[in-house]
Amino acid sequence: MLQRLRERIDLTDVLMFLVGGLIVALVVVGSWTTLVEGKYNSRQWFDLILFGVALGGIYALIALGYTLVYGILRMINFAHSEVFMAGPFTAYFLADEIGRSGFLDENPVVGLLMIFILAMAISTVTAVLLERIAYRPLRFAPRLVPLITAIGASFFLQYFFKGLYGPNIKVYPEIAALTGYVQFGEFRIQNIQILVIVAAALMMFGLHLFIQNSRTGKAMRAVAEDKATAALMGINVDRIIVITFTLGGALAGAAGVLYALMFKQVNFMMGFIPGIKAFTAAVLGGIGNVPGAMVGGLFLGIAESVGPSLFLDGLHIPAPYQLKDAIAFTLLVLVLIFRPSGILGEKLAQKKA
Amino acid sequence: MLSSPEILQTRSATPWLKSAAQIGVIGGIITISIALQGMIQAFSSRDVIYQVVTMSQAAILLTFFVMGYVAAMRLPMRAASSSIGAGAVAGFISSAALVLLIGLGNVVNLGNVFVNATPQLYELLTFKLGLPIGSLALLLAGLGLGALAGAILLLPDSPRRAILTTLAWIVGLGVLQDLIRVTFADWGFLESALRFFYASNGLSLVGALVLSVLIPALAILWDKQAPRAQTRIDRLPAPTQRALRWGSLGFGVVILFLLPALLGLYLSEVLDNVGLYLLMGLGLNIVVGFAGLLDLGYVAFFAIGAYVAGVLTSPEFSTGVIPNWWLALPIAVLASGAFGVLLGIPVLKMRGDYLAIVTLGFGEIIRLLALSDFLKPWIGGAQGIQRIAKPDLPFIQISWGPQAFYYLFLAGCLLVIFVSYRLKSSRLGRAWMAVREDEDVAQAMGINLVATKLKAFGMGALFGGLAGAIFATKLESIYPHSFNFLISINVLCLIIIGGMGSIPGVVVGALALVGLPELLREFAEFRFLFYGIALVVMMLTRPEGLIPEARRAMELEEFREEETEQATAS
Repeated sequence: MLQRLRERIDLTDVLMFLVGGLIVALVVVGSWTTLVEGKYNSRQWFDLILFGVALGGIYALIALGYTLVYGILRMINFAHSEVFMAGPFTAYFLADEIGRSGFLDENPVVGLLMIFILAMAISTVTAVLLERIAYRPLRFAPRLVPLITAIGASFFLQYFFKGLYGPNIKVYPEIAALTGYVQFGEFRIQNIQILVIVAAALMMFGLHLFIQNSRTGKAMRAVAEDKATAALMGINVDRIIVITFTLGGALAGAAGVLYALMFKQVNFMMGFIPGIKAFTAAVLGGIGNVPGAMVGGLFLGIAESVGPSLFLDGLHIPAPYQLKDAIAFTLLVLVLIFRPSGILGEKLAQKKA
Repeated sequence: MLSSPEILQTRSATPWLKSAAQIGVIGGIITISIALQGMIQAFSSRDVIYQVVTMSQAAILLTFFVMGYVAAMRLPMRAASSSIGAGAVAGFISSAALVLLIGLGNVVNLGNVFVNATPQLYELLTFKLGLPIGSLALLLAGLGLGALAGAILLLPDSPRRAILTTLAWIVGLGVLQDLIRVTFADWGFLESALRFFYASNGLSLVGALVLSVLIPALAILWDKQAPRAQTRIDRLPAPTQRALRWGSLGFGVVILFLLPALLGLYLSEVLDNVGLYLLMGLGLNIVVGFAGLLDLGYVAFFAIGAYVAGVLTSPEFSTGVIPNWWLALPIAVLASGAFGVLLGIPVLKMRGDYLAIVTLGFGEIIRLLALSDFLKPWIGGAQGIQRIAKPDLPFIQISWGPQAFYYLFLAGCLLVIFVSYRLKSSRLGRAWMAVREDEDVAQAMGINLVATKLKAFGMGALFGGLAGAIFATKLESIYPHSFNFLISINVLCLIIIGGMGSIPGVVVGALALVGLPELLREFAEFRFLFYGIALVVMMLTRPEGLIPEARRAMELEEFREEETEQATAS
């Protein structure tokens, strides 16, 4: 009996289970202590959660780019974080110019629209060129080859933009319309957070409609399901792939501007950390799964925003905010170990295996 | 001279014009990128040929030449007129793009957006001749060099190769002037020869002219004599051949031991860096090259080795109980190896890309923990660890400069190379390669996947830890910022460029990717840009690396055949 049990249970599985259990226990104990001690009041919690939702919306928009490309090409577009950087980094010059001339304060809607369009255009062009030059010739290569190409492309883009625009951190202009807040009883919501949440929700809803209802969206789903059959049905697979990169690029560009408006700073390295986190979000929701990316993004954003105060503080770890990135990475590792198909689960994971 | 409307009119009549124009546009993008990346300014202070050609001019002119060459090479049928014509068109368009940039820059201030678009750039690009004459000269240079490239392609093999070799040597000798001059500075007769060939900055004009006669002659001689010499060696009796081989090997080892004395302080420092990356490269080569597990967080093991050695030997910490680095070394290496196995366990079941991202996450977690206040009492937080012990030996007084450390790195590298070679052909090594090729088949053949993969992670981590421990004692102080993601990428680059799984490849990769940028300090700023380009170009054109490992090349060859089959089938 014991013998058979030992054969069935892998030692490494037991070990992993223990590690997982330990982390869950730490989170529960930490959260419990924080809540019992009552260090933060409800307004602070509300602020943290709302910040997390806004951040999560941005992560979700980037994650959609990873997920769309993964769904169709089965590859991690490692350079997506640079697609995210290219748009807002370029659009900074426009923002700075119209911010200085006062145009942005007088016509915030038109001005912001201009910034968004420029950033989305640049990011889209970057994404499409990336596909054309670096990924298309390698479509049938063994899996590691396109991944290494993507890493190389990511580095190239980072340092190319550094060479073009300089290594300094550039500061996005303050926009008068976005600096205030709206009061709801004792809670207040900053305007910028409203913009980020609304814009992210609108774009995600639009993407959802596009994929579910349009002819091209249907073709995209068909290609994700089975490239060869889709091609036999008369779908131009190359075109669909380009459209996928276009969509991912445009969303990343928009996300980049939202990020730049929220954190004010852009430079050539700005894509790296959000890129990995958005990938985490995509994996959390089940990579290749579009609604999953949205859920994953929100979850990650809130976990990262609330986590340090909620359970790290409760464990009496000094300066818990230093470890907020570590929370995201730990989450990534845990999800990939325990539930690689993501929270929402996913059909693709089984097909891939 | 061709102007653009003429190109448009004649496009339909001569199909080669279209492809040449495309190459020209690519060339234009490349030259504009070179200009806007700031390479022109960075390279302008160094002459390839003294007061004739600066390095930045060489870069631009070579681009014209290469574009002309590529355009002519892409022709389906090579007639004299079309070859020269295609080259000229491609070169001309490449230069026209630059002229466009210069013109635009003189009308609008591009410097607001592009940091390198300064008046100095335009001045350098127009050869300091002023805008109208300089632009014309640039256009003529593009046209002429493109046409020249097209014409050279028409020559028969032997002279063509001689010309290209000469060009490469002259540019190489000019660019590497510092290295050559420093290396041979105290070598009597060579020094006077150097004084003839080199001016104060770059090759002297006379020297370059002599070289352009000497090198083709030598190249043609080599073409004829090399095969003959090879057959003569092959015909020698076996014992003599063996003696010859051992003799050259022994000579190589003697040179290796004398290198620091021959090269001096600065180059020894460069060699130390090469040695450091070589150690890490050989370690990562086991994980990525042998076992095919793409690890993007390799820096974690390097960091652990360095931190363990640091914490144990630094008197600043209560744990600094081991004042001798040599005693701390095995602990650091073993700790790193143990950590490698620990990290290996959770990622065992993942494949390819997931594995890459998870290991990247691990690497970042380690760095964030090292940086945090949370672990500060034990490992120093952002202030790092200072006063790490030197690797002092009993009885001998050593002054620990780069030259002394060279021997430490040499010993480490030789040991690790030896272990790598022995592992590669061992049962374990063959198991790794089987796992790399096909996990399922390997398992079906009775290979224990868990143990095999864990051993790969552990072994790779051991080498990384060794590199870290040496790094810690060499610098005497370590900071979390030294262990960022760029190191992982740097190491990954060098094994991929060299050839995954190939031990000589790792050595070449380390010399090329770590050694060269330090010698060409102008390039240092563009290092990662070139790394990125190198990775992409390598994967697109030669995924097996510069010095491919036999089995790995075969695997990729199979894929290529499948690909062509698919292409022909569809």
